[in-house]
Amino acid sequence: MPKELWKGNEAIAEAAVRAGLEAYFGYPITPQTEILEYLSRRMPELGRTFVQAESELGAINMVYGAACTGVRVMSSSSSPGVSLMMEGISYIAGTEVPTVLVNVMRGGPGLGNIAPAQGDYNQAVHGGGHGDYQPIVLAPASVQEAIDLTVLSFDLAEKYRAICMVILDGCVGQMMEPAEMPEMRPVHRENWDWNTDAKMGKRERRILSSIYIDPVDEEQTNLRLLNRWKTIQANEVRYKEYFLDDAEIVIVGFGTAGRVSLSAVRTAREQGIKVGLLRPITVSPFPYEALDQLSGRVDAFLVTEMNSGQMLEDVRLAVKGRVPVEFYGRLGGVVPFPDEILSEIHRMAKVKLGTDVHPRDAWLERMAHIV
Amino acid sequence: MATENLVYDRPEGFTDTPTHYCPGCTHGVAHRLVAEVLEEMGVIEKTIGVAPVGCSVFAYNYFDTDFVEAPHGRAPAMATGVKRVMPDRIVFTYQGDGDLASIGMGEIVHAAARGENITVIFINNANYGMTGGQMAPTTLPGMKTTSSPNGRDVETQGYPIKVSEMLSTLDGVGYCVRRSLHDPKNIRLAKKAIRMAFETQARGLGFSMVELLSTCPTNWGMTPVNSLKFVEEHMIPFYPLGDYKISDAIKQIKI
Amino acid sequence: MQKEIIISGFGGQGVLFAGQVIAYAAMDSGKQVTWIPSYGPEMRGGTANCTVVIADHEIGSPLVKNPPLVIALNLPSFDKYEPLMQVGGTLIVNQSMVDRGAKRDDISVILVPCNEIAEEIGDKKLMNMVAVGALLSALPEVSLKDVEKALEGHLPARHKHLLPKNYEALKRGYENAQKELEKVPA
Repeated sequence: MPKELWKGNEAIAEAAVRAGLEAYFGYPITPQTEILEYLSRRMPELGRTFVQAESELGAINMVYGAACTGVRVMSSSSSPGVSLMMEGISYIAGTEVPTVLVNVMRGGPGLGNIAPAQGDYNQAVHGGGHGDYQPIVLAPASVQEAIDLTVLSFDLAEKYRAICMVILDGCVGQMMEPAEMPEMRPVHRENWDWNTDAKMGKRERRILSSIYIDPVDEEQTNLRLLNRWKTIQANEVRYKEYFLDDAEIVIVGFGTAGRVSLSAVRTAREQGIKVGLLRPITVSPFPYEALDQLSGRVDAFLVTEMNSGQMLEDVRLAVKGRVPVEFYGRLGGVVPFPDEILSEIHRMAKVKLGTDVHPRDAWLERMAHIV
Repeated sequence: MATENLVYDRPEGFTDTPTHYCPGCTHGVAHRLVAEVLEEMGVIEKTIGVAPVGCSVFAYNYFDTDFVEAPHGRAPAMATGVKRVMPDRIVFTYQGDGDLASIGMGEIVHAAARGENITVIFINNANYGMTGGQMAPTTLPGMKTTSSPNGRDVETQGYPIKVSEMLSTLDGVGYCVRRSLHDPKNIRLAKKAIRMAFETQARGLGFSMVELLSTCPTNWGMTPVNSLKFVEEHMIPFYPLGDYKISDAIKQIKI
Repeated sequence: MQKEIIISGFGGQGVLFAGQVIAYAAMDSGKQVTWIPSYGPEMRGGTANCTVVIADHEIGSPLVKNPPLVIALNLPSFDKYEPLMQVGGTLIVNQSMVDRGAKRDDISVILVPCNEIAEEIGDKKLMNMVAVGALLSALPEVSLKDVEKALEGHLPARHKHLLPKNYEALKRGYENAQKELEKVPA
């Protein structure tokens, strides 16, 4: 397929269609509404299901119902809307039905604003809904990646009967970039051994539920989910490396914070500073192992995020205090410019760094002079 | 020689699992009516039920059909998801008054407004049964519950919601009636209504709901017999039985 | 190579489309490109802007703090971006909508009467294309031909009859800016 200029949100919508999306349920919220609008036209055109729900609560439960029948289904929203969906997400996780959810993150907490942000990292990566479960979370940084990861999200959701979230910030959602669409995959209903699509004279009845009234059964379910998660951790970690071969300083950033960091890395390299970038593509499962290995051979890490250091804690878990981990974040919908990250690189190249102060505290002190 | 007449048998729509409902509760009657109708219509094989949260949370154990279990109040949204991708299946929700008229009011109103081709069996027993008899949106004025110990004071606790009357104003609704389960005659009328509701769905004629006035002897603190009397003497005057909406197309249906 | 462009003006001046045309031209000539709008309430009639980044490598930041190239279609945009420009950059200003000249002398400020030129061509909506043409005089990585091809390839079919006038607007803007550039001391 030739490259076309695609807007992130619309690209995700079309990619989902091409991945065989059979039903979409959603509710308008900026900055992801183009996904809903695009599918309101595209899905009926193909004879597929589109419903604008009464709320995100309605939408996620429609998704839940359709997912139980075994079809490819998704919803999309932005931060406040995703919070409202958390109930359904927990139920879906407990029922083990494949579901894709896109979160085009905006500034928060609360109503916040509609500017690009990454403040929902913890909500997505570390659960968000009640109970013991782990969603797969993919974090595209470009329109092409948004397309590819949307397609992948359906495959992973089905493979592991899990929730697969695609989290991006408003930048990637609103941005246009040249990108290539995959071929159209026809709608195809798998012959699952778990879905509730009615007996139709062919089998015993099936029940899909997240209820395990006997704690022993619930414990077994939790263990099953955990063991499945271990498989996911072993097989599905994805990240992209830039200039890591001889890097002494390694930046870790996902999504837009990651690509803004790339600009800073390029400039720093031109200045002869040995700096590289590791951009997690799956933020859950998180690339602990890659960071663990890097910790043995680099001088320091810089974590960049558009939040107050949520992924930072996962990086610190991987680095285990062996080398200094520094942090630079912008909050509330402010997108960092490359020169801000470049001056962090300069500082790190000049000053002797320690591990005794928490990187968030040190950053907070520096921020007092920045804003 | 005396002949034996079979006067009771489990309908095919039922599994062999005994229900967990309290003695004298009319959930069992409502379940049976639904199971009989599914059997009579020959649709057991293509039916998918949606269970609520509340006393009937385990409804999926009793019907011999595929079932999914919804979060509290969300059964109409979940049923929408199922029905939209499986339009040739029969999809029904079975919901109590806390589930449908309180936490799930948004979902039921919009499913009805969209004219979703689903059938809703709505059990109105004027309280939250499973959690131990708290005030529900349907609790009668002055009625004592564990969270309205001095009787529901409409000044501070608001008025009961008449769901059938309210939903019947929506254009997407094809069939919306209220029946009662307090005596055999009314049970027969309730079954007819349930049949009509499923026939509405089978013919694609829009949203269908049957509200069933029901008993809760345990939480009402009454004997089963007195509970039935309570329905007749106190609930029916407040929640009049009747056909709140039957569209012209549905009136033509002959069974 | 990497070039960053900000296009700014009132909503309704065709700011976003102007950026898209440049993005299409860059893409069609095999370059990496990003286009990102300011989005939200300002799309309802306030100021609008978009940022276009063109490069021959994977693009990092889609936003730029100190742009080397700016099109300011109105006075608020001129006021906002003149101080932010990179030293040595080129700022195309729609002269028809401003009542002042440049304040900085370390950038090239090129005043082009976009509205008047568009009206001479016979369609005042083409003002944005006049400005794009003017910008190309300072963006050798994208040629006039590339943009013409982009318009031909991506203009909706119902607007295809407007192509000749679009070409003329681009050309007039380009020539006008060239003339102005010659006046600017190197």
